[in-house]
Amino acid sequence: MQMKEAIDRFVHDGDSIIIEGFTHLICFAAGHEIIRQRRRELTVCRLTPDLIYDQLIGAGCVRRLVFSWAGNPGAGPLHALRRSVEQGVPNSIELEEYSHFGMVARLAAGAAKLPFYPLRNYQGSDLPRVNPLIKTVTCPFTGEELAAVPALNPDTAIIHVQRADENGNAHVWGLMGVQKEAAFAALKTIVVAEEIVPESVIRSDPNRTLIPGLVVDAVVHEPFGCHPSYAQGYYDRDNDFYVRWRELSQDIKKFNSYLDEWVYGVRDRAEYVERMGASLDQLKAREHFCEPVNYGY
Amino acid sequence: MATDFTANELMVCQAARQLRDGEVVFVGIGLPNVACNLARRLHAPDLVLIYESGAVGAEPERLPISIGDPSLVTDSLSVCSMFDVFNYYLQGGLIDVGFLQGAQIDRVGNLNTTVIGDYARPKVRLPGSGGACEIALLAKRVFVIAPQSKRSFPERVDFITSPASRGGPAMVVTDLGCYEFVNGEMVLTSIHPGCTVEQVRDNTGWDVAIAEELKITERPTSEELNLIRDRITGFSA
Repeated sequence: MQMKEAIDRFVHDGDSIIIEGFTHLICFAAGHEIIRQRRRELTVCRLTPDLIYDQLIGAGCVRRLVFSWAGNPGAGPLHALRRSVEQGVPNSIELEEYSHFGMVARLAAGAAKLPFYPLRNYQGSDLPRVNPLIKTVTCPFTGEELAAVPALNPDTAIIHVQRADENGNAHVWGLMGVQKEAAFAALKTIVVAEEIVPESVIRSDPNRTLIPGLVVDAVVHEPFGCHPSYAQGYYDRDNDFYVRWRELSQDIKKFNSYLDEWVYGVRDRAEYVERMGASLDQLKAREHFCEPVNYGY
Repeated sequence: MATDFTANELMVCQAARQLRDGEVVFVGIGLPNVACNLARRLHAPDLVLIYESGAVGAEPERLPISIGDPSLVTDSLSVCSMFDVFNYYLQGGLIDVGFLQGAQIDRVGNLNTTVIGDYARPKVRLPGSGGACEIALLAKRVFVIAPQSKRSFPERVDFITSPASRGGPAMVVTDLGCYEFVNGEMVLTSIHPGCTVEQVRDNTGWDVAIAEELKITERPTSEELNLIRDRITGFSA
């Protein structure tokens, strides 16, 4: 399926979505397509809303942000988010804030179709004071009071992977974040892959299948779909862009001209990649293979 | 000479010296990462570095740019999901030392990385907790490396992101001195070479307690400085 069709079919105005990937495998291609299709009133969930959520917020797609750490990892604040929170530009957004463990626990409950998840956390923190969804529960066995967070079941999860077959059985290696939990928790899941491979490649290494095709609703082939984030074994993070984002996002004119040039100004990811040209070659990963294992019996 | 090392280098050395061989450390990027890699090359070769991104036993070849840098994965001992990191490693009680940073730390050791000002109408919106809240509550010891000023050391933080637990952080090191918590209150235990108690008072938002036997912080050795500058790739303080 093309990204255009996947977003058209599975992301609607007012939906809750999650584009996961902890620094690694963040699907910018999907975020850009959501902006191009001018989705509105979205609830966007993510542990670490980074540049792609800053872009969604600054483009006016977002009504509510559910998160645990909002920054430009290693490179400063997110200015479009701050403009929205501090000045209501282009619109104010609601914040629903947890810690990483809280978000992980919410997705784990969502994936297991449990109503909540218990954890030893938040005692003495102000987070429960500003987020009434962080509650406590008493253990029926020991009487211990634990924190509890509600299940998170987004309408749609978008998960970028290194390789998948046409049914969405997906191999992921390197940092795995909460992608598996997000894929199982969401009502619909879009898998976006650097490479589409025959099913036999997936079957040759089943332990590496993080996401099984049976929870996947759409498969999109999108090389360099994570740029400027990275895909282990494919390309490194474009750190110069992350550093430059500070300046681009700080000035609303620069922010808008970035969107005009690189989001609205291209048809799709393929055109974005074509326009990036040789600069992407410098990011290509060197080879560092693992020892094969014997699956025989 | 007081000018032959920077405040960052001194803070890194001070943190590194308090890490024990064989300990399991929840590392952040920046100065904590340098401190852990310094300790690993000196007295703590068996220090295990765990990053919240899921890399366990990481031995990064380059200085990681972010907590999710791909160099943390290559040649690490294990890469696990964040479910495993927070449930089995951190809540499971395996983490000896957790490093925290904060825009503010207060008299009792609470840290703030959420907002300056009121939560609903913040003067400055900061990134939020990330893993900090649970690290503060679940790591056995908490180390804090932070530059010190009246604004960053208020009597009470504007927002408690990461509460003081187990009597407060085990160690706080700033560009002026080192602190420990006695009966739940921050106490200046050593002052850096070239700094004065007056400077400390001028940069603390309350009448800070001073240890009876106030020491002078040990200078970085040339071995420590050489390692930081030459071997711990790309670091400049």
